[in-house]
Amino acid sequence: MSVAPHDSCAHCGHHHELSVENLGVRYREGRALDDISFATSCGSCVALIGPNGAGKSTLLKAIAGLLPIAAGKIFWRGTQVAKWSREIAYLPQRENVDWQFPITVRGVVRMGRYPQAGWWRPFSAGDAAAVEHAMAAMGLLDLQHRQISALSGGQQQRVFLARALAQEAHVLLLDEPFSGLDHPAKTALAQILRDLTKEGRLVLAAHHDLDTVRDIYDEVLLLRRKCVAFGPVTEVFTKDLLEQTFAQPANAGKELA
Amino acid sequence: MIDWLTEPLQHPFNQRAILAALLIGLTNGYASAFVVLKKSALKVGSLSHALLPGIAVAVLVAGLHEWSAFLGALFAALLIGLGSLAVSRGSRLDQDSSLAILYTAAFSGGIILLRRLGVTQQIDEWLFGNIMGLRDGDLWTTFWISCAALGVLTALHRPLLMTLFDTEVAATLGVPIRALNYLLLAVLIVVLIASLQAVGCMLALGLLVTPAATIYLLTDSTNALFWGGSLLGGLASAAAVLIGWHLNLEQGPTIVLVLGTAFLLAFIFSPKYGLLKRAAANGR
Repeated sequence: MSVAPHDSCAHCGHHHELSVENLGVRYREGRALDDISFATSCGSCVALIGPNGAGKSTLLKAIAGLLPIAAGKIFWRGTQVAKWSREIAYLPQRENVDWQFPITVRGVVRMGRYPQAGWWRPFSAGDAAAVEHAMAAMGLLDLQHRQISALSGGQQQRVFLARALAQEAHVLLLDEPFSGLDHPAKTALAQILRDLTKEGRLVLAAHHDLDTVRDIYDEVLLLRRKCVAFGPVTEVFTKDLLEQTFAQPANAGKELA
Repeated sequence: MIDWLTEPLQHPFNQRAILAALLIGLTNGYASAFVVLKKSALKVGSLSHALLPGIAVAVLVAGLHEWSAFLGALFAALLIGLGSLAVSRGSRLDQDSSLAILYTAAFSGGIILLRRLGVTQQIDEWLFGNIMGLRDGDLWTTFWISCAALGVLTALHRPLLMTLFDTEVAATLGVPIRALNYLLLAVLIVVLIASLQAVGCMLALGLLVTPAATIYLLTDSTNALFWGGSLLGGLASAAAVLIGWHLNLEQGPTIVLVLGTAFLLAFIFSPKYGLLKRAAANGR
């Protein structure tokens, strides 16, 4: 695998493709995802849309290598994704993070350099530069010594994005990045995701606010355990297909998103 | 005042006890930061109780030696820790409940067994510690365990912290989280065993939680949490040995009481997270 600079995939002259083939994931109770297939590439911003329990988080975790795959394959740049890849960054839901953990903004961003620095090696000049660069890109330099608990929701989201940038990831997997943010923060985050996409990254985000999909995303994956539809927003984000996706709760007893 | 310090130090058993208290307190204090950040105090507490039946069985099988007690304790903690995992996976019970059932049952068996083995004198030591009865050999054992535990924990500091902060993110960055979790548990068990001599298995949990919990109320820095915890653990334990000597108190409980007092002070007076600060903030 070449180590092409991540912020300019276009320079490589070809597109980096993420393709998922017949993916199936099982939980103890049964099937969480069944026969998911789609392919997308760098420079695209993809929304995962579906009711609660449709498997949005599960799909993101499967691509991140956090869940065992029961069937099918995931390829990134033509190579099957093993357990984890430095080029794929996963950003958990904000509610799932322990914000009281005694760590600074800088500390979280530095974690992104772990794949390069390993267990013991002190951080090199290159590592330090990557951390600085990532914090600058996310406008966090002034906040770098702040405790993560003392940040607003939008800032917290940016800290995790900066960690992914420090990691030099091509693929960003975000689980409900907009949930719990106020309106200005949502607008700012949308702009950031657009910028990251324009730089040549592939952004996949679980998303539930149907009103904003057209403004943010290029492609949409309608999900309901199975792939209802996948394609450009203009083709797939239609009334018919949405009704099909949300027709009735995929998981009876759970409320609809 | 100086006499208060120097007079007890003329006795070799006091010197040994203070050295051991410093070492044990330091190691436990450092490890306590992991327990606090992992929020697993009760689990560790259950394991500390599981040490006693292990000692009992080891004494029954191999007789009373330094190493038989040590190995028995180690084996029992592992058996009960892994056993609870197996029970929770093989039934609908959660791991905490399984752990509670296994360790109380084992502890009861241990007490009954030990009472019948003619080691009544030692039961008290294993339950509440006897740091004054330390021999030179014990001090060396403590020293090597402390070195090993601190060595492993500091060497793996970076991946361990990442695992504790966010398991999933750590996993996507290539941290072997499962192996590290087992390793951390193993090190904590060894640290518990090392503290048996000082505080016994009933009180070991206090030494393995309170130091970092106290510092946690005072600082937001991870480094301060670890090194502050070690410092507090070491100094409080050593001071408790002296206090115990002067006031004729049992050293094990005194160590835990001194730490408890330090925690209470931090809880009330911490400039950042203390009760007074909160009251002032609410009153405004």
